[in-house]
Amino acid sequence: MNYSQFLMMPQELGLLLVFALVFIYDTFMPSRSQRFLPCFTAILFAIYTALSFVPCVVTGMAFSGMFETTAATWVMKNILNVGVLLVLLQAAKWSNGEFVSVRRGEFYELLLLTLLGMFIMISARHFLLFVIGLETASLPIAALAAFEKNHYESREAAAKYVFTAIFSSAIFLLGISFVYGLTGTLYFNDIAPRVLGAPSALLITALAFVIAGVGFKLSLVPFHLWTADVYQGAPTAVTSYLSVISKGAAAFSFLIILVQVFGAAYQAVWQWMLYALIILTITVGNLFAIRQRNLKRFLAFSSISQAGYVMLGIIAANVLGMTSMIYYVLVYIFSNLAAFGVIAAIERATGRVTMDDYNGLFKTNPWLSFTMMLAMFSLGGIPPFAGFFSKFFIFVGACKTGSVAIYVLVLIALINTIISLYYYLLVVKAMFIRQDECVIPTIKSHWSERLGMIVSVAGIVLIGLVSCIYVALNTASQESAQIFMLID
Amino acid sequence: MMIFDNILIYFVIVPVLTLAGLALTNNKGIAAIRAVAVTGATVLVALALYLVYLFLHLRGAGDTSEMLLQTSVTWYEPMNIKLALGVDGVSVVMILLSAFIVFAGVFASWKMDPLPKQFFLWFFLLSTGVFGFFISIDLFTMFMFYEVALIPMYLLIGVWGSGNKNYSAMKLTLMLMGGSAFLMLGLIGIYFHSAPEGQPLTMNLLEIAHNDAIPHEWQYYLFPLTFVGFGVLGAMFPFHTWSPDGHASAPTAVSMLHAGVLMKLGGYGCFRIAIYLMPFAANELAWIFLILTGISIVYGALSACVQTDLKYINAYSSVSHCGMVLFAILMFNTTAMTGAVLQMLSHGLMTALFFALIGMIYGRTHTRDIRKMGGMMHIMPYLGVGYVIAGLASLGLPGLSGFVAEMTIFVGSYMHSDVFHRVLTIAATTSIVVTAVYILRVVGKLLFGEVQDEHHRSLTDATWEERLSTATLILSVVIIGCFPNFFVNIIAPSFEPVVSALESASHMMGM
Repeated sequence: MNYSQFLMMPQELGLLLVFALVFIYDTFMPSRSQRFLPCFTAILFAIYTALSFVPCVVTGMAFSGMFETTAATWVMKNILNVGVLLVLLQAAKWSNGEFVSVRRGEFYELLLLTLLGMFIMISARHFLLFVIGLETASLPIAALAAFEKNHYESREAAAKYVFTAIFSSAIFLLGISFVYGLTGTLYFNDIAPRVLGAPSALLITALAFVIAGVGFKLSLVPFHLWTADVYQGAPTAVTSYLSVISKGAAAFSFLIILVQVFGAAYQAVWQWMLYALIILTITVGNLFAIRQRNLKRFLAFSSISQAGYVMLGIIAANVLGMTSMIYYVLVYIFSNLAAFGVIAAIERATGRVTMDDYNGLFKTNPWLSFTMMLAMFSLGGIPPFAGFFSKFFIFVGACKTGSVAIYVLVLIALINTIISLYYYLLVVKAMFIRQDECVIPTIKSHWSERLGMIVSVAGIVLIGLVSCIYVALNTASQESAQIFMLID
Repeated sequence: MMIFDNILIYFVIVPVLTLAGLALTNNKGIAAIRAVAVTGATVLVALALYLVYLFLHLRGAGDTSEMLLQTSVTWYEPMNIKLALGVDGVSVVMILLSAFIVFAGVFASWKMDPLPKQFFLWFFLLSTGVFGFFISIDLFTMFMFYEVALIPMYLLIGVWGSGNKNYSAMKLTLMLMGGSAFLMLGLIGIYFHSAPEGQPLTMNLLEIAHNDAIPHEWQYYLFPLTFVGFGVLGAMFPFHTWSPDGHASAPTAVSMLHAGVLMKLGGYGCFRIAIYLMPFAANELAWIFLILTGISIVYGALSACVQTDLKYINAYSSVSHCGMVLFAILMFNTTAMTGAVLQMLSHGLMTALFFALIGMIYGRTHTRDIRKMGGMMHIMPYLGVGYVIAGLASLGLPGLSGFVAEMTIFVGSYMHSDVFHRVLTIAATTSIVVTAVYILRVVGKLLFGEVQDEHHRSLTDATWEERLSTATLILSVVIIGCFPNFFVNIIAPSFEPVVSALESASHMMGM
């Protein structure tokens, strides 16, 4: 065996090292220093994240073509790393709290392991390895969702998650077994040339199963039914992890599977499937979000509709679309984590999560409401915040295909942004306009929570105005375009 | 950096610096907040006046290029998005107008309460968007600044407004954002047809117009998208319904800025993007929008006649006057289009004056219902005279700005010799009469009528900052009315490229 292959996976190895150190700390350090574990993990992870940005990554195939690192996958993993770092900052204070602190080590270990699973999903070029990644990324999340096990909702969330995860995995496995039966291989690269020719009904079924399997993870409508309950029930730190990191990773691997495996021969087929899914996802997510009073449920539906916008970058199947999609996920991570940062801080201090509790928040907590407002504006696509840029670019990417059908799709998506703006403004209205009633007293957020929010806000403001990030993503996508067989 | 040599960028930098300065103040130090806001607004006026001088100087020196002071810096390289700046005569006068209204608006909100700091923050964010829009010639940056100007309205109305403010703020924001959703699709469509096959796509207005590469069948879709997108902001019938509610609920300075400047973004965008870039579809589809804007003019004026709330009267009058702007733009000749810009100027100043005066009267009487007020001329003569001047400008008295604008528009639109345009023009001119009706009704009742409430007798006249705010606007109205040629000479040449593009398009159709 050629050990230099391991050079292709520096980020996975680094993550494994972080995990090992956290595990050792958790297991062997005396109990009085255990409360520094969140801080230790965050610092360690920050160092790892910074190091993984060093552009000395070796690109290419490893392990006889099962695993591949490209410029694009490297960027995708870095984006997820940044998101996880923010989640760790948000969770630091919470994980030292009552009931939670006894199992705090497990929280961090499981979190890091699921991230490893997502990395494998992104880099896998063989369906079996992909499934290993998918399972590693799914099942521990159920344990995380049940973390506050003395809360009924938390246990319910875990049960719902585990059932849907298993069900979707089963469907996905059925799909790839069809693919294997028809083509005799599970390597992404080998499938594409063997499915050329007239589309077969069985392979279309397989394609539908694969889309359904990943669709569960992305919570695309109609595979979204678990989302709201799980988001509401799970601890907020887990919810934010689930809504940005897990979703981002699933979106990245979805793009790779659809384009690389089914790209050439079945493009028309999956584009139409995705077309219907996008319309459903965006519209249903938006319409359900309007009625929500619990902010975690509210963000669950908002994140469903956001996933629909992410899919616009996939349906484009070109370099601009891929760049815009990665960019969209990056912006979405920052915006959503800013919102969850505020929710987590307020929930930790007062236990309140409904929108009515936020009435008059500006009077008592001006900085928290300011952060929340920026997050809502960015999610709603208001300039000069990053969300505006990511929305515009993802629409440009989709329209680049030039077909009238896509223009219609973009129009539907645009009309939906107005609906989404309505409910995002409801939050702003509660905080700023309804100043007569204040439920939440002035709270003091922990420094780690504050740091997380400051980083998120800086991201929301700067990612759009500073164009170099998009340009760097575009360069990475260009370099990987050949490998993923994207059209320019 | 080359871009900082260009005076235009400072129209964005100054409001942003003002924002930064305001961020450093706190709500208790009202003096500091006022000082920062006044400084920012004054610098903007000075810059705008200097820009006019510079513009005339460059034109006088024989620079005949379509846009002056052009600078372009690449922003998003993969999509060829640039921060491209440039101005022609129309943008110069719009910048001047905006600067004056921002200046007057700061003084009109002198006693803003509560949260003066936050109010001025949003106020200057809105100004940033407005100035940014007028100085850009890149579709993306234009659109970005356009939306920057829209969203502060939500909080400005929602937090500091009055009456049914929650409803109005949400309605206004969603309708305007709805318009900009269509606009965004239109702009993306234009972008992908901006250059002939094989050449790099561009977002630069001038390059797109020069390339003239948008296929005719695409123009049929893109023209309505962009025209309606901007038309919503220009209060075009039937998309005007946000305007009365929004104006009625907004605080004084916001109504001023909104009617005075923001609605002009609509008219400006309509001709700069929709008509200029898609002359073929503009020629073909103009009749639909002519009818709609004709309805706006008459319907707005008639609605104003039956309102009893001062702000609603003015808001409907704005619908009518802004309809006139779009109506004139759709006439496609230099005279009418020049009239449209004069009307934008005139309406901007006059409506800002109206809203300022209404705000000041409301601040004293705590009612805007004309049935509950009367005899104000004796009680507050300064405000009363101001109101009469604004009213006379609105109904087009010679010597004030309204006359110049409406005269030019109707002369321009009467140049069309076909029945359709003639009928519409005649229908539109009836609005002048109706305007006189509702203006004189208010003046008669509010200013010269019986005093309705004995408490009103003890009210005071305008304070110094109110006098400064209104005097600036009155003076501008008179200057435009007396020296229109100065403005016409700046504006009219800027329409040559648009008109020639329209003519060549209609010529091609004729063949």
